[in-house]
Amino acid sequence: MKKLILASFFLLFTFIVNAQNVTMADQMKENGKIYVVIAVILTILAGLVLYLIRLDRKISKLEKNK
Amino acid sequence: MRKSWWKILGVLLLVYTFIAGLLIEVPRNPQLQETIRNLFFHVCMWFGMMILFIVSFVRAIMYLRTGKHIHDIASRQYAGVGILFGLLGYLTGAIWMSYTWIDPNRSLFNSFDTVAREPKLIGAAIALLVYAAYLVLRDSIQDMDKRARISAVYNIFAFAMLFPSIWIIPRLLDSLHPGGSEGNPALDPGSASPNMRLVFYPAIAGWTLIGVWIATLKIRMKILYEQKLSQ
Repeated sequence: MKKLILASFFLLFTFIVNAQNVTMADQMKENGKIYVVIAVILTILAGLVLYLIRLDRKISKLEKNK
Repeated sequence: MRKSWWKILGVLLLVYTFIAGLLIEVPRNPQLQETIRNLFFHVCMWFGMMILFIVSFVRAIMYLRTGKHIHDIASRQYAGVGILFGLLGYLTGAIWMSYTWIDPNRSLFNSFDTVAREPKLIGAAIALLVYAAYLVLRDSIQDMDKRARISAVYNIFAFAMLFPSIWIIPRLLDSLHPGGSEGNPALDPGSASPNMRLVFYPAIAGWTLIGVWIATLKIRMKILYEQKLSQ
């Protein structure tokens, strides 16, 4: 029984160690550069949405004029 | 702008997806690393495509039942945006797989033989080509009523083809793609943590609403165009 508990602890420990060894973009979050990426993609999204809104308005105008 | 609350909702959901999708904690998966965040973009393209194709299918049936021309226009435009979403899903999948599936000891070019055998890729390509044939078939018929009727019937067949080609066959075969012979391609609890769903479900809704918005714009444009022709 003791061996089993010990083994399961060891297994859990290796899982945790493995999980921490995976390279992730941790530094990007620490120094906040990830917010630069978010700013860029949000700007692109805003541009596309503004384009859609303008298109929608133009079509509405044409529908009224007919 | 017409009936704009759901358009605003779609945009807000996408803004949330873009911010939370890059900031939430994700599982530390040694194969995927940070690319697991593509779940909020790549997978949502396929969900959006599926929903748009369902709408297109329903409008095709409505056309056959009522014979109203508006349903034919709507069916065609929803299928068009659905194909766009499918192509984007395919392209984003190609980029994602180039960094996660290939054998690290071989170049991407040399790994192509294993990647090209992926049942998920072949199934998705079949589904998209069947829908591409829908567009070709439509444009090859001059008579308006005949075109509407034949393409509505073909749309129903194309929709039926989606099930074996993207839902059934790829799930029976082993694949590098998640959700092959076991599990689920999008909601696998082994790779996606519960808090990822807090972003994933809103992302599906947001992308789908944007797709519906584009489709409605195209439908309204088409109606205006045909009114001008008939004047």
